[in-house]
Amino acid sequence: MPDTIRLRVSRYRPETDPTPHWQDYDVPLRRDWTILDGLNHIKNQLDTTLSFRWSCRMGICGSCGMTVDGEPLLTCGTFLSDYAPGPIRVEPLNNFPVIRDLVVDITDFITKLPRVKPWIIRDDELSLDDGEYLQTPEQLDAYKQFSMCINCMLCYSACPVYGLDPCFIGPAAVALAERYDLDSRDQGTKERIEFLVEPDGVYGCTLVGECTRACPKQVDPAAAIQRYKIKAAKASVLAFLLPRGAR
Amino acid sequence: MSDGPITATHDVLLVGGGGAGLRAAIAIAETNARLDVAVVSKVYPMRSHTVSAEGGAAGVFAADDSLDEHAYDTISGSDWLADQDAVEAFVQEAPRELLQLEHWGCPWSRQPDGHIAVRAFGGMKKMRTWFAADKTGFHMLHTLFQRSLKYDEVTRYDEWFVTRLLVDDGRVHGVVAIDLISGRIEAIAAKAVVLCTGGCGKVFPFTTNANINTGDGLALGYRAGAPLKDMEMVQYHPTGLPFTGILITEATRAEGGYLVNKDGYRYLQDYDLGQPSPTPVLRSMELGPRDRLSQAFVHEVEKGRTTDSPYGPVVHLDLRHLGEKLIEAKLPMVRELCLQYERIDPVTELIPVRPVVHYMMGGVHTDIDGATPLAGLYAAGETACVSINGSNRLGSNSLPECLVFGARAGRVAAEYASTASGPPAVIVDQARDEIRRLERDLLSGEPGTERVADLREQMQTTMEESAGIYRNGPAMTKGADVLGELQQRVRRVRVADPSRAFNTELVAALEVANMLDVAECMLQSGLQREESRGAHQRTDFPARDDERFLTHLLVHRNADGTARVERLPVTITRWPPGERKYGR
Repeated sequence: MPDTIRLRVSRYRPETDPTPHWQDYDVPLRRDWTILDGLNHIKNQLDTTLSFRWSCRMGICGSCGMTVDGEPLLTCGTFLSDYAPGPIRVEPLNNFPVIRDLVVDITDFITKLPRVKPWIIRDDELSLDDGEYLQTPEQLDAYKQFSMCINCMLCYSACPVYGLDPCFIGPAAVALAERYDLDSRDQGTKERIEFLVEPDGVYGCTLVGECTRACPKQVDPAAAIQRYKIKAAKASVLAFLLPRGAR
Repeated sequence: MSDGPITATHDVLLVGGGGAGLRAAIAIAETNARLDVAVVSKVYPMRSHTVSAEGGAAGVFAADDSLDEHAYDTISGSDWLADQDAVEAFVQEAPRELLQLEHWGCPWSRQPDGHIAVRAFGGMKKMRTWFAADKTGFHMLHTLFQRSLKYDEVTRYDEWFVTRLLVDDGRVHGVVAIDLISGRIEAIAAKAVVLCTGGCGKVFPFTTNANINTGDGLALGYRAGAPLKDMEMVQYHPTGLPFTGILITEATRAEGGYLVNKDGYRYLQDYDLGQPSPTPVLRSMELGPRDRLSQAFVHEVEKGRTTDSPYGPVVHLDLRHLGEKLIEAKLPMVRELCLQYERIDPVTELIPVRPVVHYMMGGVHTDIDGATPLAGLYAAGETACVSINGSNRLGSNSLPECLVFGARAGRVAAEYASTASGPPAVIVDQARDEIRRLERDLLSGEPGTERVADLREQMQTTMEESAGIYRNGPAMTKGADVLGELQQRVRRVRVADPSRAFNTELVAALEVANMLDVAECMLQSGLQREESRGAHQRTDFPARDDERFLTHLLVHRNADGTARVERLPVTITRWPPGERKYGR
């Protein structure tokens, strides 16, 4: 194994750069080092002006998603040695405005999130004095997968539909809607579907499945979208057959 | 108010959006919907370090358990430095808070009949730890974050870094903060401010803590005049992965994992922690408290019974006998982390582990409601020291602490804010001064000479050498001298990055200054405590000394920036100081 590997990093400083440009850095190639370790080596030793987000370095906080050799990945879980001999291209996530270097603006997602009402909705609230809502392990399994999303934005970066139409609500948000719909404690499907059948909702998706391939937590947003489309279709058929409202 | 630098005014401002901050925000919104509450955080709330908590959250729920037993476990675990009135309030309110999270959708693991499942945890005599597999903190944080979206009255300042509290005449009136995306520096006025910024593991080189855990709230409070309490109490978790420091949860041992030395011997039996049994025994062996387990590791190193690794000596965690099915069901993240970062599978291989800095028992001094001595300033979660943790926190008490005291601090801050008057004119000048300071010292383009990474690395090395699992007076004195030099050097810190947009070098410079203040408090407090208690083990004072030191230590900041340590009695209600017994 050679001693070093080259990171070809996308740099962009809004005050001075009309467009992003490449900058090369050679970092130690160590078996234990991730792409993130390489970036931190640059930040601490080679060039203190490089900006990127990171925090937990254990794949759970969702901060450090970037495009590595064209693929959206968590850099804290991607190893330099898997790309030897390099060079490795490191760019910001696709489909988002770039704020600076490897930092993208995810305000759009943050604004969209409340629209799918990602909280338990009940017609009748149980009092805390009455204890917990019972939920069997099987009922938990029904939505568990969709509750694993870390909001890392890799699916939005991979999604060709979101790339073309930023109005599309996007994979993670639909997965989260489905997470609550499938929760045995929730009664809010009707409220969520009202939004998700709108033009910006699930119908924008052409089911290419890139989101599921990109997901580092096996959430399978594509399945959530597919399920929602069926649900939405059923709801509209019922609305047609039973115009006075059916449950 | 539209006075110059003050661009917004809120009733209550929460600094930090993790477990404690979000719980406080919801509590305020539910207490009084007319109050204007804002959360300012240097990261998006769901990135907060609560997300990394794995094993679980303690709260008495099972029929065979009692509040008194949870209180006793917590107090004896704290080596009697916890305030017992605070512990009693904590154990009383924890189950209801955990249940509240259940009602809000937290995917707690369940028994076959649908009821909440609980697991064993270190230092706990009963099974009372609620869990969501081994991603408890992740699920709690996302549940809180998603729930918080329901309340329109909660304003968020995502990715804003607070640099100073605005204080006049002993009252807090707001903050100065940098909007990281634009680089704008603004003042946000507030009648009450709650510090919920988490811990400060990054003052050490080897920690489970995330990059963001730089003690910002501790430094903000300290500089504003709030004392820091019991700062010498730093928890080493016994099982971190070498190199990365990634936490391998105590739940591995609660589910039956063994800790073995290089001979395959369950060495904890040699350290007054009980005798080995094939299945876990509560408050015994691998389910002893963290301080004692980490200390046992040091003795194993001294005896030459550890294994050498490229990253120092290690022992091994053996989960092989638990089987793939149990590991997948209850410890999936542990397997995921081992496969990814160590390239080993715990189903068939031993996990190398060593003690790692994990948690600060100390923090901003608060009363039982999260109020600090400064009017209008509150603190909750790891930032605060109430104290329920004393000199050693039990595993799975920190997550419910965020909920119980986050909610308490939120409610009390809301009450204060609903009667407090608006900010006095003088804070406008303070805000201008702070903005001028930041512009002049860090953003003027005048190159300083000191690199952030160098200062940080020297601080971390110093702290590891002087405030490790075992400490002594001369080492701490030497460490304090080095920190004094670093305090001089940090004034000449260099921010080479001229951009205002997401300038992470600027943030790192501010963070290292915060950490230096916190590190100094740890050593000053540690020097004063001439005894060994819980996590504070001094080789020059090896015994607990209740006569002299059954007391909290408060570090105050003098006007000249030096530290002054004072004492505060520990509150004892029903459990007089006794011997800590584990495994017998």
